[in-house]
Amino acid sequence: MHAPSALPSPPAVSVRNLTKRFGDFVAVDNVSFDVSQGEIFGFLGANGAGKTTTIRMLTGLLKPSSGEGTVGGWDVNREYEKIKTRIGYMSQRFSLYDDLKVRENLLFFGGIYGLSSQKIRERVKELDGSLNLLEMENRRTVSLPLGFKQRLALACAILHKPPILFLDEPTGGVDPIARRYFWDLISELAAGGTTVFVTTHYMDEAEYCHRLSIMDKGRIVEMDSPFAIKKKYGMTSIQDIFIQLVDR
Amino acid sequence: MGEPAIQITDLKKQYQGTIALSSVSFDIKPGEMFGLIGPDGAGKTSLIRILTSLLDPDDGQCRLLGISVNNEPEQVRKVIGYMPQRFSLYPDLTVGENLRFFADLFRVPRQERLKRTEALLQFSRLTPFVKRRAGQLSGGMKQKLALSCALIHTPKVLILDEPTTGVDPVSRREFWGILKTLKEGGVTLLVATPYMDEAEKCDRIALINKGNILAVGTAAEIIERFTGVVYALFGLNLPAIAGWFKKRLHPNQVQILGDRVHVSLFADTTETMDSLCREAENSGHSIRSVEAAEPGLEDTFISLIVEKN
Repeated sequence: MHAPSALPSPPAVSVRNLTKRFGDFVAVDNVSFDVSQGEIFGFLGANGAGKTTTIRMLTGLLKPSSGEGTVGGWDVNREYEKIKTRIGYMSQRFSLYDDLKVRENLLFFGGIYGLSSQKIRERVKELDGSLNLLEMENRRTVSLPLGFKQRLALACAILHKPPILFLDEPTGGVDPIARRYFWDLISELAAGGTTVFVTTHYMDEAEYCHRLSIMDKGRIVEMDSPFAIKKKYGMTSIQDIFIQLVDR
Repeated sequence: MGEPAIQITDLKKQYQGTIALSSVSFDIKPGEMFGLIGPDGAGKTSLIRILTSLLDPDDGQCRLLGISVNNEPEQVRKVIGYMPQRFSLYPDLTVGENLRFFADLFRVPRQERLKRTEALLQFSRLTPFVKRRAGQLSGGMKQKLALSCALIHTPKVLILDEPTTGVDPVSRREFWGILKTLKEGGVTLLVATPYMDEAEKCDRIALINKGNILAVGTAAEIIERFTGVVYALFGLNLPAIAGWFKKRLHPNQVQILGDRVHVSLFADTTETMDSLCREAENSGHSIRSVEAAEPGLEDTFISLIVEKN
């Protein structure tokens, strides 16, 4: 698949020497990369490699210790409030309200992004074609199957049509079929110009990404297209390459 | 052949009219590592909860090591180890305290307790973290602790419900290394997993969907049941090509994989890849090349589900 890196537009995410220290511990160590508009950028790494910390800096939730970066053209060190309005973020644990109905969660999250209930309803109808949210509109979120919850969490993250979407382990515990559907949606969004920054522990999902970065102990140890990475290591499976790179 | 370690006969379970299990039967041999795969809501957790005596079936029987779960649930609980899907240890207790708590719960004698705790800590490589609170452990370490707690009473049968969800590939591999050691020690294992690569590590697998067992066998035997062909398509604008095939066929038959699109044609179809590609090209899609690809467990699983529907 061709990453649309040839587009003349500025990168959606651009980071130089980004570093985060917690006391003596360097969680993210001098990380630099660019993500193009409409690119699906896979961010791989072991638990504790620094993925979530990086995402938290890029989404304006955590201040970098040093280094610089922009997200959607806004500065991560200074304009984090603006970044928050430009992005969609689906965190590791779905942050939906279990006690609310599907409809109520959508209204709540849409409301946070300043959408009117009229706008939210229009948008939900628009998304219904691919997300099928309306059939369970009045179900309480707690009783939903995991695959549906995940689609709802994605819907809540994209109601305001963010040009950049951050997904932190969006498919943890989701079955293979539901994962396929989910990745179809991600591919559709990217084809429509949305930049997708995604972390996953499923190495088969890495194949859906235009480009991958593999992180180990706070550093990026490999970054290229899945095809180029496999070629470089002479291996057919990203999983084997991953294990070779980050095994301790 | 001795008696099966786990024997499931005509098990049925409904929840307010929703069928969770419709007449499920299969056996697991002693010392076998058995995988249970199926989509969310397929009935995996219901089945496990019945086997662990936490849920009563509407009908049917299951026996673990010859003990009837229906009639002697307390006896069953003594011989099985169970690791539930959700992390259910005490986050405020340390690694050592959690192990001690479970040892007390299962009435492990005092002199035995120390020996076993030490062995389990070493086995799971958690010894350096014995004083760390469970809530402060990484995902992989939490799962290893949960496993150690499930093993404190040296069960002969170990039942694990999606033990490696959210765990990175390196920790997953370590975890499965531990399971393999247990198997070699004679423990019978039943593991539910959404990971196909983990399913392939099992001696045998059962595929479950909508409360029905679709297939039981080794990974190779199950893949043999895939009677269609998987094609790898290369071309420009893969999402558009995939989208076209999804509309033309069934969405389940199409998957984008990096620089290619996989399309499964099932045996009962009269479609040929040649004519489909021509059709796609006539609709303006540019397909550069097509080659046959090896079907995997996931392809087979999906084809069996589609067949059943």
